[in-house]
Amino acid sequence: MITTRSRARTVVGVLLTAVMLFPVYWMLNVSLTRTADMRRDPPSLLPLDGTLDGYRAVLQQQLPFLGTSLLVALGTVALTLVLSAPAGYSLAKLAPRGGGAVNFALLVAQMVPGIIMAIGFYAIYLSFGVLNSLPGLVLADSTIAVPFGVLIFAAFMRGVPDELLQAAKVDGAGTLRTFFSIVLPVSRNAAITVSLFAFLWAWSDFIFASTLDGGGSLQPITLGIYRYIGNNNQEWNSIMATAVVASVPAAVLLVVAQRYVSAGVAAGAVKD
Amino acid sequence: MSTSTTGRHRTDGTAPDGSRVTPRPPRRRSAQWAAWGFLAPVTVYLVAFYAYPLYRNLDLSLRNYTVASFVNGGAPFSGLDNYRRVVADPTFWPALGHTLTFTVASIAVQFSLGLALAVFFARSFPLSTFLRALFLVPWLLPLIVSASTWSWMMNSDSGVVNYALRTLHLPTVDWLTSPQWALPAVIVANIWIGIPFNLVVLYSGLQGIPQEVYEAAALDGAGGWQTFWRITFPLLRPVSAITVLLGLVYTLKVFDLIWIMTKGGPSDASTTFATWSYQQSFGSLLPQFGPGAAISTLLILMALACGLLYLRLQNRSQNP
Repeated sequence: MITTRSRARTVVGVLLTAVMLFPVYWMLNVSLTRTADMRRDPPSLLPLDGTLDGYRAVLQQQLPFLGTSLLVALGTVALTLVLSAPAGYSLAKLAPRGGGAVNFALLVAQMVPGIIMAIGFYAIYLSFGVLNSLPGLVLADSTIAVPFGVLIFAAFMRGVPDELLQAAKVDGAGTLRTFFSIVLPVSRNAAITVSLFAFLWAWSDFIFASTLDGGGSLQPITLGIYRYIGNNNQEWNSIMATAVVASVPAAVLLVVAQRYVSAGVAAGAVKD
Repeated sequence: MSTSTTGRHRTDGTAPDGSRVTPRPPRRRSAQWAAWGFLAPVTVYLVAFYAYPLYRNLDLSLRNYTVASFVNGGAPFSGLDNYRRVVADPTFWPALGHTLTFTVASIAVQFSLGLALAVFFARSFPLSTFLRALFLVPWLLPLIVSASTWSWMMNSDSGVVNYALRTLHLPTVDWLTSPQWALPAVIVANIWIGIPFNLVVLYSGLQGIPQEVYEAAALDGAGGWQTFWRITFPLLRPVSAITVLLGLVYTLKVFDLIWIMTKGGPSDASTTFATWSYQQSFGSLLPQFGPGAAISTLLILMALACGLLYLRLQNRSQNP
């Protein structure tokens, strides 16, 4: 039943969303603006004389950065899943002695500011000589996602019915077997949520990249954009085009997995 | 997901060990072994990649480190010297003030707007789910993307923000290059990024308020404004407290946004503890790791104070 009142709400909602997303529109608009029009007054509000020069520049200059980011993000997802799924299972179903302490440590770990981890990792990597390496960056990036991953898996697996696990036991399955053939498959949604966030956080990471991989031969896209801003602050269409391309994973996430994203945000704060 | 498939292959190779039927006490012990077998990797990980970096940071803050001593080893222990230096630094009080202003202003506005939007979206209307999803976009974008977009929007000469001000016949502002506007500029951008989080969490909190309460209020003739202040706001208080405290933890550690937009400048006008610490450790050719680590230790103390308060509140709201 669509009343006038709810229609009015839709109109207001669309307006609010438009205001909220104006910066995103502006990023798109600038990415399509010709360099000559960049400092025009008034600025062109619509990309009528649009150009794809910015995107051509991305293709020519930023592909290695994008590839590195993809690699680092996928590596972070894999490491996060491998570490957090078993731990979530243990905390949710196996009642380890001292599990409460680990749970607490995970909650506190999420609150540690990135700059502190970056300084600590820098000192460690420097003495081990592993600065500017991709595995080092993956490892550091995983610290953003692992505590969250364990808590999400634990919260989800707590909801797996005990009868299911009992039945597996009766059928002769051990803990390991139960985990792999029962608990993991039914925890698919938790795995998706954790993977999405791990990917997005690693993809977006700037502080670890700039401190631990600042001199690396392979650098992620966040550093690519950062250097772009520093080196050429005239061609904002190229900078914004790179920003648009760097936003693609976020857009894909939103389209493909909106409910997981909302669930993840809320789970981190309230439900767990 | 990739692990679940490889994992399945791995278990197919191993024999099921369920045939071992053992008497009770040893079985309980073996259950503990299994439990810790699953938990051990993360525990080791937490020690090696959380506790150890934190320890190294603390250690750095208590020593007189230079690049040379990093390479050759043997930085002398200097006690609280770095902390004394940091507190005596002319940047200390301004940085503390900026950190508090940035955090409090961001959260106050994010929370108010997030709550207003959550209430607005609470009653569903055509397209409401879709529009609510779009509101997540600022939160999902990489910070470097948001920060560089806002930088260009706030450009003094060619930015769209000043264009809008000119159109409205208001005086334009040097957002990122004037000392009095740099901090407000990064706060505005940070509010934009933080609204989605507040909206989503408060929205899910609103869903937890039983519909009957509202029906009862409507029967008693309460208006919309009254319903909000007498019912929604009080019943939402536990979730609100959690949102604000978690927001505090998140906002205290904001670094990327400020660093990319202003580098903490001009002349420290938007320097917070997070950017100051980075600037000391990595921002110059002569890194000051000791003071940088000392600043970040102060920062973590602030974050943990809010964090522990949050955990206490959350516990209380779960087990009333």
